[in-house]
Amino acid sequence: MEAWIRARVTLALTLFALLFFVSRSSPPLQFVISNAERRIDLSSHIINVHLTLKVENTGTRPASEVVLALTPTEVDHLAMVDALAIKGKRKKTTSVRLEVKPTELPDAPPIDAKYFTIYLADPLNSGESTTLEVLYVFTHFLEPFPAEIAQSESQLVFYHDTALILSPYHIKQQTTFIKTPSTKVESFIRVEPTKRVGTEIKYGPYEDCPPYSISPIHVHFENNSPFAVVEELVQEIEISHWGNIQVTGHYTLVHAGARHKGVFSRVDYQSRQFSNGASSFRYLLARLPARVHSVYYRDEIGNISSSHLRTNSLKSELEIEPRYPLFGGWKATFVIGYGLPLQDFLFESSDDKRYLNFTFGCPLIGMVVDKLTIKVVLPEGSTDPSPVVPFPVEHRLEAKYSSLDVIGRTVVVLEKKNFVPMHNSHFQVYYTFNPIFMLAEPLMLASAFFMFFVACVAYIHIDLSIRK
Amino acid sequence: MATMPASASDLLKSFKLKTKQQELLIRVSILCLVYILAFITRLFSVLRYESMIHEFDPYFNYRTTLYLTENGFYDFWNWFDYESWYPLGRIVGGTLYPGLMVTAVLIYRILRFLRFAVHIREVCVLTAPFFASNTTLVAYFFGKEIWDSGAGLVAAILIAICPGYISRSVAGSYDNEGVAIFALLFTFYVFVKAVNTGSLAWSLASAFGYFYMVSAWGGYIRFVGFQHVQSGEHMAAMGVFFLMQVFYFLDWVKHMLSDTKLFQAFLRITVTCAVAVGGIALGLGMVSGYISPWTGRFYSLLDPTYAKDHIPIIASVSEHQPTAWSSFMFDFHILLFLFPAGLYFCFKRLSDATIFIVMYGLTSMYFAGVMVRLILVATPAVCLISAIAVSATVKNLTVLLRSKNKVVQTGSTKGSGGSKSSSKALLDQSQPFQKNGAIALLFGAFYLLSRYATHCTWVTSEAYSSPSIVLAARGAHGNRVIFDDYREAYFWLRQNTPQDAKVMSWWDYGYQITAMGNRTVIVDNNTWNNTHIATVGRAMSSYEDEAIEIIRSLDVDYVLVVFGGVTGYSSDDINKFLWMVRIGGGVFPVIKEPDYLVNGEYRVDKGAAPKMLNCLMYKLCYYRFGEMLTEYGKPPGYDRARGVEIGNKDVKLEHLEEAFTTSNWIVRIYRVKPPNNRWWLNRYKFG
Repeated sequence: MEAWIRARVTLALTLFALLFFVSRSSPPLQFVISNAERRIDLSSHIINVHLTLKVENTGTRPASEVVLALTPTEVDHLAMVDALAIKGKRKKTTSVRLEVKPTELPDAPPIDAKYFTIYLADPLNSGESTTLEVLYVFTHFLEPFPAEIAQSESQLVFYHDTALILSPYHIKQQTTFIKTPSTKVESFIRVEPTKRVGTEIKYGPYEDCPPYSISPIHVHFENNSPFAVVEELVQEIEISHWGNIQVTGHYTLVHAGARHKGVFSRVDYQSRQFSNGASSFRYLLARLPARVHSVYYRDEIGNISSSHLRTNSLKSELEIEPRYPLFGGWKATFVIGYGLPLQDFLFESSDDKRYLNFTFGCPLIGMVVDKLTIKVVLPEGSTDPSPVVPFPVEHRLEAKYSSLDVIGRTVVVLEKKNFVPMHNSHFQVYYTFNPIFMLAEPLMLASAFFMFFVACVAYIHIDLSIRK
Repeated sequence: MATMPASASDLLKSFKLKTKQQELLIRVSILCLVYILAFITRLFSVLRYESMIHEFDPYFNYRTTLYLTENGFYDFWNWFDYESWYPLGRIVGGTLYPGLMVTAVLIYRILRFLRFAVHIREVCVLTAPFFASNTTLVAYFFGKEIWDSGAGLVAAILIAICPGYISRSVAGSYDNEGVAIFALLFTFYVFVKAVNTGSLAWSLASAFGYFYMVSAWGGYIRFVGFQHVQSGEHMAAMGVFFLMQVFYFLDWVKHMLSDTKLFQAFLRITVTCAVAVGGIALGLGMVSGYISPWTGRFYSLLDPTYAKDHIPIIASVSEHQPTAWSSFMFDFHILLFLFPAGLYFCFKRLSDATIFIVMYGLTSMYFAGVMVRLILVATPAVCLISAIAVSATVKNLTVLLRSKNKVVQTGSTKGSGGSKSSSKALLDQSQPFQKNGAIALLFGAFYLLSRYATHCTWVTSEAYSSPSIVLAARGAHGNRVIFDDYREAYFWLRQNTPQDAKVMSWWDYGYQITAMGNRTVIVDNNTWNNTHIATVGRAMSSYEDEAIEIIRSLDVDYVLVVFGGVTGYSSDDINKFLWMVRIGGGVFPVIKEPDYLVNGEYRVDKGAAPKMLNCLMYKLCYYRFGEMLTEYGKPPGYDRARGVEIGNKDVKLEHLEEAFTTSNWIVRIYRVKPPNNRWWLNRYKFG
C-alpha cells in the first residue's frame, strides 16, 4: 500500500513537471473550451464517460477539426468513442452524429497522450461556438483492490483518473461528477473544491486550466456488480434457404473481478445469500429475437438443465444459469444455439442480390466481449459475399462443410475486439445465390436411394453362383 | 374395348405375388420392423435425458475414441496416458480392447465421407443400439440355421427387446458389451454355419468374427501375447486342442495301417505318451510359473464365495455379485419358462447345431447364476432356445388347426353320404376338443408374448435408461427434479483448477473425472494395481494427520468425495466406505475393519465407532453438515441417505479446505493446503 502511494506521488510530481514544461510551449491553437462538464458512471464494470464541451473558435480562420486527448492507458481500455453535435437551443435540440478518428498531432508536445479528431459537420467560423457531446466507454478499467477476496468479503475497486480533463485546449471552466454504485467509498483524493453527496463525488468547478493540465485522482469504492466478461464469443449464423437460420454461440465467460481466495462454502452460500458471495453471479439473461425456436444451452459435457425461456411476440428472453456460481477468476464455457425463421432476417435487394440483416452483438445483456467473432455461413453455391458493418471490423472468408456439402459453404468471418453493448447494431451481408442449388441436396438423397433400390433389384435378378 | 379389361386384369395378375414371394415380403418386412424396434426401444434414455454417455466405463471408451479420432490410429496405439494412475500412468494403447473404438471411428469416418456432419459423441451414443439392431438380424439367421426361419424370426423379436441385453445396450451405454454380443452371436452363427455346410469360406468368416469379438471384448492378440498358452484359464481349451490333434493323428494312422492289431498297439503307446507329455508339460509349466495360476475372477466363477473372502476389490463391484432370482425374472421374464421347453425341443431334434446351442445355453446359464453381469452372455442363448420353443409350439398348434379345418371342410362337402365319412366322423370325434385346446393355447401364447413385450418396455424405460450421471427424482408436487451435480463438479474441476492438478477420489469416479473434468486422477476404474487403490483406501480411512502424509506423498491437489446425505442418494462414498476399509486393510494391515464397526454394525450416528467418526472420509463427507437442515422436523445434520442424525457435527479440518461443493452437496471437492511454514521460520522473519 505504501509503495503504491509513493508511486502515485512520484507520478504526480512528474506530471506536474511536464505540465510546467507544456504550459510554456504553447502550440498554435484554434479553439478554447469555454465550459466542460464530465460525468463518469462507475456503477458497473463498463465505464461510461459523458463529456459535454462548449467549444469556441478563437482563431482567425474557420476550423472544423476538434482534437480530444486521452492517456495511453485510457486508449488501451477504450471500447468506443462517440461524438454528437448539439444544435438548437434549450428544448428544441437536435443532435448530429460526428465522425471521430484517431490521429497524430504533428506539433504535439512531448507528453504521453493519444489523440482523436472530431470532424465537425460545418466548419466553425471565427468567434463562433458549438456544443459537443462525447461518449467514451472503457472496459477492464477498474482495478480490484485487494486483488483477492474471500467468499464473505465484498469487492473493492480503484478508479484512476485526473480531476482536470486532459485536453490540448485551454479550458475556461470545468466540472467532473463521479457516480459510484453505492455510498460505500473507502477513500478518494480531494482536489479542492471537492464535494461528496450520496453516491456522487463532484470535482470542481475549476477555472482557467491551461492545455495538458492534469491532476491525478483515485476513488476506492465498493462495486459488487457482476464483472461478467465474455472473453471470446464465436457466433455462427448458418443460413438455409429451406426456411431456417441456425445461430450457435460459443461463449467463454469469466468473472473478471477480484479473484476468489480460499474456501468456497456451500453452507454459507446457501444460507447467507446477501453477505456471502456478493460479487459473484449466478444468472445471466440473454435477449433473443422473437419467434425463436429449438433453443439449447449446453457445454462440452452435455446439456445444462438450468435455463428458462420466456417468449412473446416481440422478443424472447432466455435466463441461463451456469453450472456453478461464478466467483472472481472462475470460468465457464457454454454454447447457446437456436433456430430462427428465415423470412425475418433474409431479404432481397434491388440488384437481384440477397442480404442477411442481423444484429452484430452478444445476446447476453450488458456483457463485455473481449473478442467477438461472427461467422455468417452462406448456403452452398452462393457467390460474391460482401459484409456491411457500421463500425470497423476485421473480415475474411472461410469454407465450411456441413451436412451433404460437396463444394463447401462460404463463410464470412467478422471480428471485433473489445465489444460493449453500445456497439449493438445491425449489419448486412450481401450475396448472390441461384435457387437451383437448393435442389442439389434432395436430388442427391433421392438418387442415392434410387441407386440402392436398383442395386437390390439387380441383386435379386442376377444369379451370381458359379455352379449351374 | 373388350381387350382393355383383359389387359388390366393381366396387369393386376402380374402384380399379384406368389405365395413364396408373399412369404418373403412378410419375412423381410417383419425383420425390418424388428430392426427398427430394436433401435428405438433403446432411445428412452435419449428422450428422457439427452444424448449423453452413461455410467463409468463408457466415459473411458468415449475419451479414447475421441483421442483416436483426433490423433489417428498410430498415436492411439502408442498412447501413454499421464492423466490416470498418477504417478504410474497407463499404457492405454496396449491395455484396452480397441474393437469398440475402432468400430465407432470407422462408422464416424464413413458418415463423414457420406457428408453427414455428425459429432463423434452421437456416433458413440448410438453405437450400442445400432449393433443391437444388427444382433437381431444375426439372431434371425442363427435361428434359421439351427431350427427354421420361423424360429429365427421369433428369436429376432425376442432378442430385440430382451431386458438382459437392453441393460447393456441402451443409447449412451458405449461399452464393449454392446458390440461384443453382436460379435459373439455372429461368430457362433458363422461357426455353426461352417459346421453345417463344411464350407471353408464360412469357417474363415468364423475365424474373423472370433478375432473381432476378441478385439472388442476379451483377449486382443497384441495385448494378450502369449497369455493363451500361459494363463491357467485357457488350459482346458488347450488340452482339448491337444487331444484333437492326437485324435486326428490316430485317425490318419488308422487309415494308413491296415492291420487292426498293429493299430491297437500303436494306439495304446500313443495315448500313454500323449497323456504323459501333456501332464509333464502342464506340471512343469505350473511349477516353473510359466503357466500362471487361475485369477481371482475365474475362481469366483467356480466358487461364488471366493471373491468375498479373498479379493475384496472384485467383490466390491456390484455387477460381480451372484445373481438373485428376482434379477433373472426381471431380465428374462417368460423366457425363463420357455428356456426348458426349448431345451426339450432341441433334444427332440438333436443335430450339431442344436447340441451347440444347448451347450452354449446351459453353460452360460450357470455363469449367469454366478455373476450378475454374465446374464448378458446368456441372453442370446436363452432367446434362441426360447424362440425354438415358441416357434415349435405355435407351428404345431397352427398345423393342427389348419389340417383339421381342411378335414372339416372336406367332411362338410362330402358329409351327405358315403361309408367313409362315418369313419372320418369317428376320427374327428377327438378333434373339436383339440381344436378348442389349440385355440386356447394359441391365445395363451399370444397373451404371454404380449406380457413379455409390456414387461420389456417397462423395464427398459424405468430401470435401464438412466445415465446415472444425471439423477432424476420426483419432487414433492410430483414434478421431476434433476440432480446434475456430477457434471457440475466435473465441469468446475475442468474450468477452475490448474491444468496439472491431481485429484484423489475413490476409483469409481476415476474415468469420469478424466473424461469430463480433464484432470489427472490417482486411481480409476481400470483396477489393475490393487496396492495403489489400497493406498487411496487407506488414506480415506485414516485420521486426517495420517492421511495427509499419504496425500502429500501422492502429490494430490484435490480430494473428491461423493455424498448423498442431503438428497438421500444412497450409492455414495459413506455407503461404499467399508469396501475402502477392506481393500485398504487387505494390503495395509494397520487398517482393521472391526475398528469402524460397533458390534459388527456399520453406523454413522452417535453410536458409531470413534475411528469411524474421525476418519478422513467421514470428515470430508460431513464437513459443516452439522449446520445444515435437510428435512423439516428433523435436527440439523440429519443424513437422509441413512436416516440418522450424524454423530460428529463439529468437524474441523486442518490440512484440507473446502474448494467446491455442488448445489445438492452430492460432490464435495477439497483442496490440499500447502504445508505450514515452520514456526521458527516465521519468528525469524518477523521477530
